[in-house]
Amino acid sequence: MIKSVKVYSTPTCPWCLRLKQFLRENNIHFEDYDVSTDQARAEEMISISGQMGVPVLDIEGEIIVGFDKEKIKQALGL
Amino acid sequence: MYDLIIIGAGPAGITASVYGARKGINTLVITKDIGGQAALSGDIENYTGYQFITGPELATKFQEHMRKYDIALKENEEVQEVEKIGDVIKIKTNKGLYESRTAIIASGKRSRELNVPGEKEFKNRGLTYCATCDGPLFRDKEVAVIGGGNSALDAAIQLMRIAKKVYLINIASELGGDVIMRQKVMESKVVTVVNNAQTMAILGNKFVNGIKIKRENKEEILAVEGVFVEIGLIPNSEFARGIEKNQFQEIKVNSYNETNVPAIFAAGDVTDVPEKQIIIAAGEGAKAALGAFGYLVRHRF
Repeated sequence: MIKSVKVYSTPTCPWCLRLKQFLRENNIHFEDYDVSTDQARAEEMISISGQMGVPVLDIEGEIIVGFDKEKIKQALGL
Repeated sequence: MYDLIIIGAGPAGITASVYGARKGINTLVITKDIGGQAALSGDIENYTGYQFITGPELATKFQEHMRKYDIALKENEEVQEVEKIGDVIKIKTNKGLYESRTAIIASGKRSRELNVPGEKEFKNRGLTYCATCDGPLFRDKEVAVIGGGNSALDAAIQLMRIAKKVYLINIASELGGDVIMRQKVMESKVVTVVNNAQTMAILGNKFVNGIKIKRENKEEILAVEGVFVEIGLIPNSEFARGIEKNQFQEIKVNSYNETNVPAIFAAGDVTDVPEKQIIIAAGEGAKAALGAFGYLVRHRF
């Protein structure tokens, strides 16, 4: 089943790069929002996660802060 | 049983793993993250072969290099204890127990914390230790950088291109760091340097909305939405209990990267090696791996 996956990130954060690399390696399609340039998405990220650190991952409404591999695997059913 | 376990995957650990793999020894890398502090650096202009590369890009290159070889990797794992019993080194992590004949500690350094009220509460809620990562979220906002050395200047320089106003809260009477960086900060209209100021508390509701500082025995509050803590680094050496360290808790090594415990080596920023640089850490990692290989040969493992 294909799930809707959104990544809120900045181009300079190493964990964001690792997260996106991990998703690509597992053939997970995702929307990538650059919160350093997209103010509306930045505010959306802060409101859904209640914090300001990147990356934030939204897997069909399940919010995961940071590159938490185990949680991500579980949420994606990998 | 591994021949070599490397703790950490910054420039020292990754270089050591590549040297270990090329010597054909059974190598495991246990690490919290990949790239270490190098991955958090802004612009890098002194790593030979790259006239200019960013920290995240260099970390990606390191990682690609490591993955070229068949090196076992345990990521997101934290070492809690290293102990040598007879000829076996036992390494306990938050997820398991591993055994090896030799080990290299290359666990690097981490940001020093302020230890003031509000710091833990507002971490990632306006307070951060990484201007490179989180700076872009503070566009057109007022922020404070705490510190007065090179890393504080580096953060202020990154932020003066993003934020509306940057307070540089320096506990000393003047700024330290490199003269070129100091000039950039002093010339900026966005940056206000506050010398002789001690940070007392981080304030806010859900997110940061200010900091309390103390100057000449008077407390004042600055309204800021972002706080960047850049007051230096401490070594990730707590787990290495039986290993000799200096007054800064850096692991003592000789020029062969040997610690006081035979078969346990250390490399990079976690050690007392003079000068903490990416290229130096990488070179130290290579030396440590060759040292570990030599140890295995001498002991006919």
